[in-house]
Amino acid sequence: MTVLTSTTALAQAPSILDVGDGVVLPILLKVALVLGLFFVVPLVGGYLEHKVMGRMQNRRGPVEAGPFGSLQLVADGIKFIQKEDIIPRAADKPMFALAPGLALVPALLVFLVIPLGPGVFAVDLELGLFYALAITSISVLGILLGGWASANKFSLIGGLRAGAQLIAYELPLIITAITVAVMAGTLSLVGIVEAQANFTLPGLEGFNLWFVFPQIVGFAIFFVAAMAELSRPPFDMPIGDSELVFGYMTEYTGIKFAMFLLTEYAGMITMSALMVVLFLGGWQILPGVATPGCEGAAGIMSCDPIGIAISVLVTLAKIMGLVFLMVWARVAYPRLREDQLQRISWLVLVPLSLANLAFVTILTVVL
Amino acid sequence: MTSFYAQYGTFAVLVVVGCALYAVIMLASRIMRPTVPSPQKLTTYECGVEAVGSGWSQTNIRYYIFAFLFVIFDVEAIFLFPWAVIVSDLDATTAISPTFAIVAMFLFVLTLLEGLAYAWKKGVLKWD
Repeated sequence: MTVLTSTTALAQAPSILDVGDGVVLPILLKVALVLGLFFVVPLVGGYLEHKVMGRMQNRRGPVEAGPFGSLQLVADGIKFIQKEDIIPRAADKPMFALAPGLALVPALLVFLVIPLGPGVFAVDLELGLFYALAITSISVLGILLGGWASANKFSLIGGLRAGAQLIAYELPLIITAITVAVMAGTLSLVGIVEAQANFTLPGLEGFNLWFVFPQIVGFAIFFVAAMAELSRPPFDMPIGDSELVFGYMTEYTGIKFAMFLLTEYAGMITMSALMVVLFLGGWQILPGVATPGCEGAAGIMSCDPIGIAISVLVTLAKIMGLVFLMVWARVAYPRLREDQLQRISWLVLVPLSLANLAFVTILTVVL
Repeated sequence: MTSFYAQYGTFAVLVVVGCALYAVIMLASRIMRPTVPSPQKLTTYECGVEAVGSGWSQTNIRYYIFAFLFVIFDVEAIFLFPWAVIVSDLDATTAISPTFAIVAMFLFVLTLLEGLAYAWKKGVLKWD
């Protein structure tokens, strides 16, 4: 039974930040890239949300701060940092202060493996997909901790709801991600993008497809579960403002509240980026279309600078497209009820995602 | 320097940077914000009147059961990840046939689904 040892140690794709012979400089550049992504892209997503929601509700959204109101969230950040920090007398003070950090740091760590283009990523971990899902689930602890430490009944109920919701919807999320891994045969996010660029259905050779086409059910499950994971409306029972004031964030003010908010926006970006990588072909423009300036397998690797720039823009455009869909869902649907939420996950999404896994596995192995 | 340390070294540095970032944000806020405490401000934000009892009150036992259900399936996910990577590489020439791999995993998943069906039958997924 020695067959099941790892046959080939997958050659991991090098990052364009692997410059020079030293060890320190690449690491510093990668950390800078992750920090840059963490502070810029979520704000762009947040701005998009403000504007799109505004237009859909027949208002203009932010207009004052910066050109077309684009610096509104920066102004909000500056405002939040100057606000008085109120810790209720009844609260468990160290835990109360720790909770936003415990939610924020994992949101930052996920950006480590997100690939934006050929070579444009910090590291291409062999376990990239597993890493992303594992790190995302740590944020639950911060939210539960915040709800508990506040010593407020609304916070406690909100925190428990958030915990139950996040663990319930993590299962369909993980199972659909595994389904993609079965098709791609790897957990490396760059490897999954490459696998999609080379993917064809039997009988249709020469006709490149992304994983969203054979796995439209998986994509739908992943999208719904991702929105629930982020507690975005219509899945915002944990902070349901008409029942629970503001759920686990009720007692939080100032910079700590801003940290929870930034966690949510960063999560929106990383979840969208994961969907782009898993289902929508990563930085490939269209299925079967080689990116201009790129050569190599499937026309997505070994790019010149222009090709890299185009690839990054394509990825960001896809991410923003998914953010737009999430905002649309937020505007269009009313909030679910807590019991409906749990029923949808356990009785619909989990069995459906397992059936999808069985279907795709048999398809992959038989064909 | 092996690839393993190069990859996870960056991760380790980023964990430290992330914690430092949290500390810096808290410190900057501490320097910049006003502090004007008053007893009313520090009360629990509930319904405008004195909060009754402790905030750490008893809550619905269902959340506890959901956590149990989750643990069962989360352990399953750990087993599924390595299986998913290798199942498409199997063929008639390998010691384990793809049929065996698929049937074995399906039996495992079905056993867990039986647990979910039991929980459903017991009514833990229904809220009165």
